[in-house]
Amino acid sequence: MNIHEYQAKQILSKFNVPIPKGFVADSAEAAQSSANELGGDLWVVKAQIHSGARGKAGGIIVCKNEQDVSDATNKLLGKTLVTHQTGPEGKTVHKVYIEEGTDIKKEFYLGLVFDRSSESIMVITSSEGGMSIEEIAEEKPESIVKTKVEAAVGLQAFQAREIAFGLGLEGKAINRCAQAILGTYQAFCSSEATMAEINPLVLTGDNQILALDCKMTIDDNALFRNSNLLELKDKTQEDPKETYAAEQGLNYIPLDGAIGNIINGAGLAMASMDMIQLAGGQPANFLDVGGGATPEKFVKAFKLISGDTNVKVILINIFAGINRCDWVAQGIVDALAQINIEQPLVIRLAGTNVDEGIKILKDSKIEYIEASTLEDAANKAVKAQKDLENK
Amino acid sequence: MAILITKESKIIIQGFTGKIGTFHAEEMMEYGTNVVGGVTPGKGGQKHLDRPVFNTVREAVEETGADASILFVPPAFAADSAMEAADAGIKTLVAITDGIPTHDMTKVKRYLKRYEPEDRMTMVGPNCAGVISPGKCMLGIMPGHIYKEGNVGVIGRSGTLGYEAAQQMKDLGIGISTSVGIGGDPINGSAFKDHLAKFEKDDETKVILMIGEIGGPQEAEAAEYAKANVSKPVVAYIAGLTAPKGKRMGHAGAIVSAGGESAAEKVEILKAAGITIAKNPSVIGETIASVIKSING
Repeated sequence: MNIHEYQAKQILSKFNVPIPKGFVADSAEAAQSSANELGGDLWVVKAQIHSGARGKAGGIIVCKNEQDVSDATNKLLGKTLVTHQTGPEGKTVHKVYIEEGTDIKKEFYLGLVFDRSSESIMVITSSEGGMSIEEIAEEKPESIVKTKVEAAVGLQAFQAREIAFGLGLEGKAINRCAQAILGTYQAFCSSEATMAEINPLVLTGDNQILALDCKMTIDDNALFRNSNLLELKDKTQEDPKETYAAEQGLNYIPLDGAIGNIINGAGLAMASMDMIQLAGGQPANFLDVGGGATPEKFVKAFKLISGDTNVKVILINIFAGINRCDWVAQGIVDALAQINIEQPLVIRLAGTNVDEGIKILKDSKIEYIEASTLEDAANKAVKAQKDLENK
Repeated sequence: MAILITKESKIIIQGFTGKIGTFHAEEMMEYGTNVVGGVTPGKGGQKHLDRPVFNTVREAVEETGADASILFVPPAFAADSAMEAADAGIKTLVAITDGIPTHDMTKVKRYLKRYEPEDRMTMVGPNCAGVISPGKCMLGIMPGHIYKEGNVGVIGRSGTLGYEAAQQMKDLGIGISTSVGIGGDPINGSAFKDHLAKFEKDDETKVILMIGEIGGPQEAEAAEYAKANVSKPVVAYIAGLTAPKGKRMGHAGAIVSAGGESAAEKVEILKAAGITIAKNPSVIGETIASVIKSING
C-alpha cells in the first residue's frame, strides 16, 4: 500500500524525524488559510499523488504570497499529473500539501528498502540528493553508500553516525542527521514498510536536518496487525479495475494487448502471456484466478475481462492440481450460463481429470475453441483474433 | 537418493487439525508420505487422521523422531512456527503459507543462522507448492500423479508452471528426482543456489531444471554459482518476457525494480553461465530431452 507524502511525514514526525511545518488542504480557501497560519514569506504547494518526480510534472509550486498559494492550489486540484512512475494515464490530484519554505544548504538522499540479496533491511544514502536514485546511480554511483541492518539488533547508532560523517556533515548536524536516520528506521519498522524514501533530506541554512519529502510503501501482508494504517489508503490513486479485482480476490494487471487471459497461478500466467507474444499476439491483462476456480470466481473474471473494450479474444488456461479439471469445466459452464460473452473463447485444460473436464465442456452448449497445449492455446487465440480482423 | 525428502523421511504437519492441513495431510498420506503426527497448540494428546497431535514441535520430534515438517498455519503465526521447527531440530521445513509479512521473513532468516550450517534447517517457501521426490515422498500440495520418478532435479518459483513442466516431462517419459518449489515471495527460505548445491551432490540427479521469473537477484546468483560449482547440465526457463517494469505480477516477488531483474536480462545472464535456455514454456520438456540425449549420446 502506497501512502501520500503528508501521511508519511506524519509517521516520520512521530519518530522525531524533523519535517517542515505544513497542512493538507483540499480547497483554495483551506490552502490560503494554511499559508496564513504557517506565516513567513515563502510557501510550497505540493500535489499529493502516489508518485515521485512530481516536480518535473509541474506538481510542486513555490509561492511568495497567500494569493499565489490559492492560485497554485486551484491549478493543481483536479489536475492529472503524468510522471515516469504513474504510467501514461497519470494520477489525479485531490489534495495538496502546503508547507513553509525551507532555506536549503545541501540536499541528500536517504532510502530504506529490503535488499533481496542480503535478505535484510538496507539503508541507502547519497550526498547527491534531489535527483532520483536511478539518476544518482547513473551519474554519481560513487556517492551511494549502502548500510546493512543486522536483523537481530536493528540499525545501530554508530551506523547512523558513520552515514552522517560520510555525507560530509559537520558539528551539530552530524548528530541531528544520525537521529533523523534512526527515526526513519524506527518509522519503517513500526509501520512495517517495505520502502521509505526521503529525497531530499536537507541541511538548512541554520544547520538543521529536515525531511523535505517522503514516499512510503506499507507491506500489505502486515496490515492485519497495523490496522491503524488502513485509514491512510487512498483508492482514488489506484487503478479502479485493479481495486475491483483485488476486492474480488483476483490478481489482475491491465495491459494493452487484445487477448484477455484467465489463468491459475502467477508463473503459469506469465508463461502463457509469453506464449501469446511468441505466437504474434499481445496479452490484454495478467489475471491469476488462484487455486479455487469456482463458478463465482469465473463469473467475476469474465465480467472483468469481457468488459474491457480492448479484449477481442479470451484465453482460459487452467492447470488443475488439487482442483480438478471437471470442477473447473463445470465452473466455466455455470459461469457462462450467468454471463454472456461476446468474444471468442479459447480453453485449454490440463492436469487432474482432464478427460472428464473436456467431456463436460463438449457436452455443454457453450461455444469455444478447444486447445491441447500451452502453445496450441496461444496459437489458436492469436488466430481467432486475426480471423476477426479479416472479417 | 533424491534431496531434502526420501522414503525414510518422517513428516509432521504444523496446523494439522485445520481444514487445509487436514485436506493436504490426507493427500500426502495417500501418496505414501510417512506422516507421523502433527502439531496444533492446545490440542496435544488428541488423535487426528489416526495420528498423534502434539502441542509443540519439540514434543512431536521427541516422540516421533520427525525430521521434516510442512506448515499450513495462517500468515500471522507462520514465522513463529517456522522458528519453532528450526529450534526443535527439524531438518527440512516446507512453508505453504502465502502472505507472510516481509519483516517477519528477515527475522526468520536471521534466526536460522543461530545454528551451525550442518544443523541448520532448510526452509522451502513460503508461498510455494512444496517438495516432491516422486515415488518416495510428497511434502506439498501438488498433484502427485503428474510427477514421474527419474533423474531430473527441478527448482522453481511457481506452482502451476512447475506442474506444466512436470507434465511435459512425463509425456516425454522423463522423470524427476526431486522437485522443489522455492516460492514467489521476495525473501525465500532457500534460494535456487541452495538447491543447485544439493542436486550437484545427489547421485540420482543427472540434469537440473530451473524455472525462474522476473524480479530479484536469485536467478543471476544461481547462474554465477552454477558456473563455478555445478558440473551437471542445467536447463532454465524464465517467465515474464511480456511483464511490464514496476508491476507486481501476482507473486509478491515478481516485480522488476532494478537492473538485471527482467526476464530478457536473466536469460542473457544464465546463457553466459553456460546454462541451456528453454526458449518458451511449451518446450521445457523437449529442451530437457535434448540435453539428456546429448549426455547419453
